Amino acid sequence: MKVVSLSENTLVVLFDQTISRQTAAEVLKLKQLINKELAEFVIDIIPSYTSIHVSFNLRKISHKSFVEKVETLTQQTRQTKQADLQQNHEKNLIEIPVYYGEEVGFDLHQIADKSGLSIKQIIQTHSDKIYDVFALGFAPGFAYLGTVDEQIAIPRKETPRLSVPQGSLGIAGEQTAIYPFDSPGGWNIIGKTPIKLVDYNQQSPCIFEVGDSIKFQPISKSEFLKQGGEL
Amino acid sequence: MSQEMSLESCLEIIKPGVISLLQDYGRYGMQHYGITNSGPMDEHAYLWANKILGNHFNAPQIEVCMGGFEARFSKPTVIAICGANLLPTLNRSPIKTWQTHTVKEGDVIRFSGAKHGLYAYLAILSGFKVEPQLSSCSTVMREQLGGLHKNGEKLKAGDLLPYQAQSNKRERNIAPYVVIVPEECIPRYADSINLRFVPNLSENGCDQTTINAFIQQSIHQGCRVSNDINRMGYRLQGVSLSDPNQNIISQGISTGFIQLPKDGQPIVLMKDRQTIGGYPLLGCVAHLDLALLSQSKPGVKVSFTPVEVGDLEGELVEYFRFFDVTY
Repeated sequence: MKVVSLSENTLVVLFDQTISRQTAAEVLKLKQLINKELAEFVIDIIPSYTSIHVSFNLRKISHKSFVEKVETLTQQTRQTKQADLQQNHEKNLIEIPVYYGEEVGFDLHQIADKSGLSIKQIIQTHSDKIYDVFALGFAPGFAYLGTVDEQIAIPRKETPRLSVPQGSLGIAGEQTAIYPFDSPGGWNIIGKTPIKLVDYNQQSPCIFEVGDSIKFQPISKSEFLKQGGEL
Repeated sequence: MSQEMSLESCLEIIKPGVISLLQDYGRYGMQHYGITNSGPMDEHAYLWANKILGNHFNAPQIEVCMGGFEARFSKPTVIAICGANLLPTLNRSPIKTWQTHTVKEGDVIRFSGAKHGLYAYLAILSGFKVEPQLSSCSTVMREQLGGLHKNGEKLKAGDLLPYQAQSNKRERNIAPYVVIVPEECIPRYADSINLRFVPNLSENGCDQTTINAFIQQSIHQGCRVSNDINRMGYRLQGVSLSDPNQNIISQGISTGFIQLPKDGQPIVLMKDRQTIGGYPLLGCVAHLDLALLSQSKPGVKVSFTPVEVGDLEGELVEYFRFFDVTY
């Protein structure tokens, strides 16, 4: 873990550069500390898989002082016991309803062919696990969740679709994600959520933040339609 | 704001031009949701336009890219134009940039095209009265966020931008005044620019050899702004750095960061960039030098000079104080 100055008013904290639950737990811990202790100086904070990028207000604090403050919190994170990192009481668990139907899960058959699993087994394997939000970006509200069971891990499609419908749930490698908007995309689509992940008219416009835990709740077609889902 | 007022005093867009966008200083504190900062491409010109009108630094303006813009004022007010000289006229008479102008009911402003530079800023007394979305009016087309209709749309013919008209009474009592930006503060958008940058030698950056090659090539091989430029980033051409041959794990990125993709042609990230990226970073361009880059058309020569954070900080703090930027 180290703090690197990048520009007049930005720095990045680099953790161990391997994607893992442990690193994710450290990132969450330090994010919470920065938000709690340094909120008055922070303009933007972008936690990601193995780093936290921060831009800060030079009219309130000098570059040197801010770096020192972040170094202190980084030290504190380093000294937090593994058990405490893993049982972070402020960690949110969010349940997302998903209809894993073939008419919205365009690539279920392909994953079944590749993995040798039945579609039912794929759904169970995917929805059994609790995922971490490792990073958020690419588009507003696009959350990179990990990691999926290796049996259903499948590389990005060679030719991306020109349009993936809003709410589609996909897999790329060991990561899984929901498209918050209609957009082009190369992830393998296995289902769809009826809920809206991004709403610009809310104070907190996105459901997820980095560090949250996500559990997918399989729902029936009728439930999906009842909750406003579109086929 | 009442509907009546917005109909009474507004700027009516007749021709929107190439891309004209409503912009305030930007949308901050939202990047952890994947929402970009946006804001004016040329922050320096934008801030001066608000400054000479006595506006708040964050007052919404129109950013006109490359001209073709035409609009009519429904009530008297005062405006300021800064940034690229897109040959503005008021009722077909040429008017000067980097200063204020009083306008009357029915006046028509036009921007045709630029000799130098890309972005002109049209600011109005007290700013355009548009309701913010996620605490900013800045328009991000890619995110379908902000702008007049809160959907990220660029301005189009028929759009009505409300503003606060000067009352007739006030107009009678005060003489028209002009505020001009001091000559020494007006940049020249030249055919050749030098940008200061803070090199990034960390493990998510580049090694000293690559950074030295970047600096030397930018000076001696004629590094130029390519045709591939937009509000997200400016791709450079003319330097060919060896493939950094490493993928970094996606991390947060800021305006001014210089990414080095696999093809070896650096990209300087601008206001509408994505919030995370996975290319190694050569460094970050000095905040105050980005205004010059933003105004650089394809073909403009760019060279880079390495500096340290300490060389830039004082100047930037002074700039924020002068324009009273609070974040």
